[in-house]
Amino acid sequence: MNQQFERPTIKKLNPGMPSKHGMAPSFKPLSAIDGVDVESMLAQYGSPLYIYSEQTIRRTVKQLKQAFQMRYPKVQLAWSYKTNYLSAVCRIFHQEGSWAEVVSGFEYQKAIDMGISGEHILFNGPDKSEADLELAARNGSFIHIDHFDELFTLAQICEKNNIEANVAIRVNMDIGIYPRWDRFGFNYENGEAWEALNRIMLNPKLNLVGLHTHIGTYMMTADAYRIAALKLTDLAVNVDKKYGHAIKYIDMGGGFASKNTLRGAYLSGEDTTPSFDEYAEAITTAIISSQIKPANMPLLILETGRALIDDAGYIAGTVLANKRLSDGNRATILDVGVNLLFTAFWYDHKIQPTRYIAGNQEETTLYGPLCMNIDVIRYSMQFPPLKRGDHFVISRVGAYNNTQWLQFITLRPNVVLIDTNGQANVIRNAENLDSITMHEEVPEHLKNFNL
Amino acid sequence: MKIRSNIAVSESGFVFDPSTGESFTLNKTGQEIISLVKQGMDYEQILNSLLANYGGEKPLYERYLVEFFEELRNFNLLEE
Repeated sequence: MNQQFERPTIKKLNPGMPSKHGMAPSFKPLSAIDGVDVESMLAQYGSPLYIYSEQTIRRTVKQLKQAFQMRYPKVQLAWSYKTNYLSAVCRIFHQEGSWAEVVSGFEYQKAIDMGISGEHILFNGPDKSEADLELAARNGSFIHIDHFDELFTLAQICEKNNIEANVAIRVNMDIGIYPRWDRFGFNYENGEAWEALNRIMLNPKLNLVGLHTHIGTYMMTADAYRIAALKLTDLAVNVDKKYGHAIKYIDMGGGFASKNTLRGAYLSGEDTTPSFDEYAEAITTAIISSQIKPANMPLLILETGRALIDDAGYIAGTVLANKRLSDGNRATILDVGVNLLFTAFWYDHKIQPTRYIAGNQEETTLYGPLCMNIDVIRYSMQFPPLKRGDHFVISRVGAYNNTQWLQFITLRPNVVLIDTNGQANVIRNAENLDSITMHEEVPEHLKNFNL
Repeated sequence: MKIRSNIAVSESGFVFDPSTGESFTLNKTGQEIISLVKQGMDYEQILNSLLANYGGEKPLYERYLVEFFEELRNFNLLEE
């Protein structure tokens, strides 16, 4: 058998002090995911290819639950559909006991379609149509009211149809971080949240069941959650004092960081991301030590998305070309672009070859295949000399990429799930031309042309 | 095509240019090609040698060989 050919390289040595990051990272190949060979999957299902690990999803959910349940008696997870609403992925979370957390009429319908009963759906977001609100009220879903217009609309719907609705309000607040997320929900400090609670309590058709907050995304400090939990418990205590009404749940939303490294961050996300235990300690300590009466301790709901699914998702692909840029640096063009890896705008994703590549790493820019200047997967990284046709795997891509992906000049590829028996299953088929044109209509006068 | 006569190339792939003090490292394939150049092989002979060693299609090697020689030229290691 012939030896494996490697692209020839020569690298100039720069004497002096090592960089602030020390030695260059070693590139361990990632040849298999959950024991399944990546190159075989690419051969069978095509390149690029999203790959999910069921084992990792289930393990991560258990870790999160364990961190909270050992500190607090009543904990409920709700799967954040917007993070990843591939049906197979949602079903794994539902099998693990998660409710559904949705932010649009479409997501609400998707949850119902999957067999989730109304009383296991949390309905968030600023855009709920009147039809959405009526359906959610009739189904007994938990409607998290975002603004006064929604509150009054829902009150009218309930009055007109003589139905009741289970509601919570979303509360935004100063938790000592920047940017402050005050565009969603009612503000705590300026009294809007308290006013909204009073209006709900005085309306017999609206049952106040919970308090909700979602303080931000990719929160690098657990202490922000402690402050948020303190402010929510304060509202709960005041509602109890004034109305003798016990809040049934406190929903701390999502926002736990995954171990991805933010673009431009000095240290790796693997070293800086708080653990589930740190988040759990901050939140549960604040609730337990609040003035809420022991008999009324609320259910603690978490809508963790990113931190539960990011590690379970991979995208594997193929090198299309290499070139040298005007500054002498190498550029490598991949068949994975920002159309499939939206999160490349936020993260310095970890990218590994699928087999061991000997030789020197070079400062490399990794471009996607799109005909667009913004299509950059990594602006600069030390990368081994992959050649056309070599394969790579990008890790921690499970969150947001299958909901924010773009159908731009190309079609979306297969998505496979490796089940707990080590079998790869297609969970979303690659698109074809029909997937795009089936929704189009051509007016009669445009059907024919002669060139 | 020749490597400049004052360039030192070790067997372990270390390249030193005494005129500038610059040093370089080669990967395994890079070393192999430099050693073929030093044996006096021309471009076509090197291509055929790579083909014999690794199999596959000629255009692939041609593409990487052209680029590799371009880099050697950029680093001023070839005799013009």
